[in-house]
Amino acid sequence: MPSAVIAAGATNGVGFPLLTCIVALPALGAAVLACLPRARGDLLKLVAVLFAVASGALSIWMLAEFDTAFDGFQFVSRHQWIESFGISWFLGVDGISLFLVVLSGVMFPIALVAASPKQDQKSFYAWMLLLMAGSMGAFVALDLLLFFVFFEIVLVPMYFLIGMWGYGNRVYAATKFFLFTMLGSALMLVGILALVILTSSNTGQGVTFDLVELAEAQGVGLVAARWIFVSFALAFAVKVPLFPVHTWLPDAHTEAPTAGSVILAAIMLKLGTYGFLRFGLYLFPEATHWFAPLFLTLGVVGIIYGAVVATMQRDLKRLVAYSSVAHLGFIVIGIFALNAQGLEGGVLQMVNHGLSTGALFILVGFIYERRHTREISELGGLQKSAPILAGVFTVVMLSSIGVPGLNGFVGEFLSLLGAFRGARWWGAVATLGVVLAAVYLLWAYQRVFHGSPEGENARLRDLSLREGLIMVPLVGLIVFIGVYPRPVLARIEPSVDALVAHVDAHVEDFEVEEIVFDPLPEGNDDAEHDEEGGED
Amino acid sequence: MIGVLARLAQDTGDGILVPAEPIQAGVTQIATPEIQWVALLPHLILVVGGILLLTIASLFRHRVPRWAYTIYTVAVAAGAIIAALPLWVRVQDAERGPFSAIAGALGVDGFSIFITVIICAGVILTALLADGYLKREGIDGPELFVLLLLAASGGTIMASANDLIVLFLGLEILSISVYVMAAMHARRFTSLEAGMKYFILGAFSSAFFLYGIALVYGASGSTNMIRINQYLASPTGVVLSENGLLLGGFALLLVGFGFKVAAVPFHAWAPDVYQGAPTPVTAFMASAVKAGGFAAMLRVFVLTFGTFSGDWQPVVFALAVLSLLVGSVLAIVQTNVKRMLAYSSIAHAGFILVGVEVATEQGTAAALFYLAAYTFMVVGSFAVITVVGRKGDGHHELSDYRGLARRQPVLAFVFTILLLAQAGVPFTAGFFAKFYVISAAVDAENYSLAIIAMVSAVIAAFLYLRIMISMYMSTDSEAVTGEPDRVPVPLAAGIALFVACVVTVVIGFVPGPITDLANDAVPFLVQVG
Repeated sequence: MPSAVIAAGATNGVGFPLLTCIVALPALGAAVLACLPRARGDLLKLVAVLFAVASGALSIWMLAEFDTAFDGFQFVSRHQWIESFGISWFLGVDGISLFLVVLSGVMFPIALVAASPKQDQKSFYAWMLLLMAGSMGAFVALDLLLFFVFFEIVLVPMYFLIGMWGYGNRVYAATKFFLFTMLGSALMLVGILALVILTSSNTGQGVTFDLVELAEAQGVGLVAARWIFVSFALAFAVKVPLFPVHTWLPDAHTEAPTAGSVILAAIMLKLGTYGFLRFGLYLFPEATHWFAPLFLTLGVVGIIYGAVVATMQRDLKRLVAYSSVAHLGFIVIGIFALNAQGLEGGVLQMVNHGLSTGALFILVGFIYERRHTREISELGGLQKSAPILAGVFTVVMLSSIGVPGLNGFVGEFLSLLGAFRGARWWGAVATLGVVLAAVYLLWAYQRVFHGSPEGENARLRDLSLREGLIMVPLVGLIVFIGVYPRPVLARIEPSVDALVAHVDAHVEDFEVEEIVFDPLPEGNDDAEHDEEGGED
Repeated sequence: MIGVLARLAQDTGDGILVPAEPIQAGVTQIATPEIQWVALLPHLILVVGGILLLTIASLFRHRVPRWAYTIYTVAVAAGAIIAALPLWVRVQDAERGPFSAIAGALGVDGFSIFITVIICAGVILTALLADGYLKREGIDGPELFVLLLLAASGGTIMASANDLIVLFLGLEILSISVYVMAAMHARRFTSLEAGMKYFILGAFSSAFFLYGIALVYGASGSTNMIRINQYLASPTGVVLSENGLLLGGFALLLVGFGFKVAAVPFHAWAPDVYQGAPTPVTAFMASAVKAGGFAAMLRVFVLTFGTFSGDWQPVVFALAVLSLLVGSVLAIVQTNVKRMLAYSSIAHAGFILVGVEVATEQGTAAALFYLAAYTFMVVGSFAVITVVGRKGDGHHELSDYRGLARRQPVLAFVFTILLLAQAGVPFTAGFFAKFYVISAAVDAENYSLAIIAMVSAVIAAFLYLRIMISMYMSTDSEAVTGEPDRVPVPLAAGIALFVACVVTVVIGFVPGPITDLANDAVPFLVQVG
């Protein structure tokens, strides 16, 4: 479908390279910041927010112009980059990436407004804007190398954000984050090259890094495709993060400054799940299908493990970090259920998790700014001293738990529905995670907000106007998607259906309804082994 | 020796090659070859430039200001680049193509011109760097600049040698100059030690190399690469495992090259010498000397011994893997920044060896791209180290970089870009350098080497992060206790840094032109009859 459709998609454009502007504006903003005087903190922040808002506004405009009925890539822009290697500046969005771009367009301005770096504001805002450019680029890149470049470049700003403005153990956390993620993506580069070169030699066409052409050609053999999928999957698994390679996440999230945690949770983790959808499923339908039981298992393990560990945390921020591990598990099982409901739920849940966990990190940041501690035991009774804060926290927390009427419910429900249809037993176990989420979040809420406040907790300031305004769009979106998810799902659906059809067309004996439980294919339960032995 | 070669061939002078006249028995007259001065011009400019500088400087010793030496050196190197450009146009011309000069002793092809330009760029940057360094260290005289130019001529001769003996000449011109340069800072004990160490080990490696040439000559009956290549490809069939002379020759040549490019296990000299030598000289060693060594290695192994690639590839594979892993692992445990970059340059040599190992045109182009990119990255990095080294060239510990970002944000930022480039982060030249090497390996279906190389890149990334941590993320308590002062950045060093940084970033965004040049710079063995 899409290659014919691309040309049509180009006509959907708005007369100028919208996506290029969305990616380039924040980078331009960073360059502008570099030229401004270091001492003018307010001016620096204003400029940074303006550029982020401009890029975000363009993404909203894109949402308005998006052709709902169309399942291919829209707003396509394409220019040769390195001609001799068939690498191009090739951007486009479809229903899968649309809301991730919009989410980035919303979360970055909010994170920038919420941020209050203590020292070296200039560098802080410049790194944030570069991070925005990188994330936007990764979500709209349709050229494999271009995607890789963006996927990898976001490490640098995030490394500096954690390492320079983070909390106590920041250097360790930043380094661990950088090396873990880089190790994951290092093998992906080999995988990308192998895919591109093997496809070119099997089809007799010239070398191209064009995602659509490669996906349509399906030009590598069965075994090679599986190996290459492993190299991609490792990169995405680290980013998601899936169970055995998740250990960087709690450190990075906990030590990062508030704005860093928000972006890390809301945007950067999505690069992993988005990668699975766009570059796993689309490029390697057969391999994804073959490996699905493994990833379903890892997803379920992540859900249960994340929830159990979150329950045990004494640090509020770390608790939210572990809750991410659990929530991302739902997205993963939705994706690997390999049916329309699961995929839709997965895509929607990416947005939901971005909103709710992003909001939670901002709220935890507010509490930290007031109390200078994140220890749950040090807090208590905040509901009395800061009722508005408590109210907002309640809404966001309930969304995170997945209570009906809020956004988390819709995404989680669809993911689980898909899982039940596609992979029943995994779905059944995963449902436990919903209950556990209620356990750790409600218990945390109870300890932090209930009771009678003592000492500093009693004198806690409530949300200021600025802080309240930061929360308004987030809470608004949480409620809106929860009550009326239709407009969102309607835009996701065509692309997801096309993707499922694509999988269907390329996987023999693939029947959406009946992935009945069968013992895992041999050797599949050994995650370490499968993911790391890419040599042969 | 040139006379001997002349009997093999004659060149009509404008690049059209005709078979040599058959040699008649009993003819005693020695034919002198025609010399194409245009083809020799880049080498001649460097050599004559160096000697002229020595002469002028010794005549007007105290009347020439130091900056004049720098400007002179930069001009000479730039002149060599300019002289190389018409040659490039000529060899890329489909009708004329590559040719050989001085009776087949030197080959002029895209490859040799590309390396010549890289080496001259290394000379220019090093000269700019040396200017402020010599002033700071109170070292007078033009010696460093003279040696720089002579060493460069050695490197360019290595890159264009069409004969093993000529190659050896180039190697020795390069090496002996650099031995002296390493010991240049005569008041520093470590500099003397570095020079001595480099000299002794280098002399050993030269001996190995020469012995290798002798054995190959014994087996093939010629030192001319074309003859050797013909002999290896001869239909009668040469079986390497049955030909002890040839086998030994290959092995010894490989040892010699291994020393020159500092590949593990022949790397032991590199960390000490890199650390001890004056920092601008270290920059030159890591860039231009490495470029010359790899150029010769590509010429001899990939090109001349290409028919037997199956036989030497496993050895180069081992060298590459060892260099990658040992270089990056040992780099991260160092605390001296100069030493760190010495080990990291061993890991980088491993990457270039990947390009050599695949033994394809793509691999050669990738290695060339890598050398070009690495020259700018590494000279830039050592430029920062030179500046931060302060008077005495001794402040190279990680702790000397503590808080640099607070005191001199621009310097720290430039260093960060160069370090990230070395780590292979996108939008820098280093990323595409790695990309092309890996793609050449994958193209040759050498997946294991590609994977090992990428894993070692991640290990090495930790080393660059450590330096950045020191610059940016030192905790406040450390900052209070004894933080060093600002370091002055001399103008010339600043220019070198700026150029290196800009080139690194520009290649990272627009690699196309350099890629195309590297692809056009395939080496040829020009048939001389």
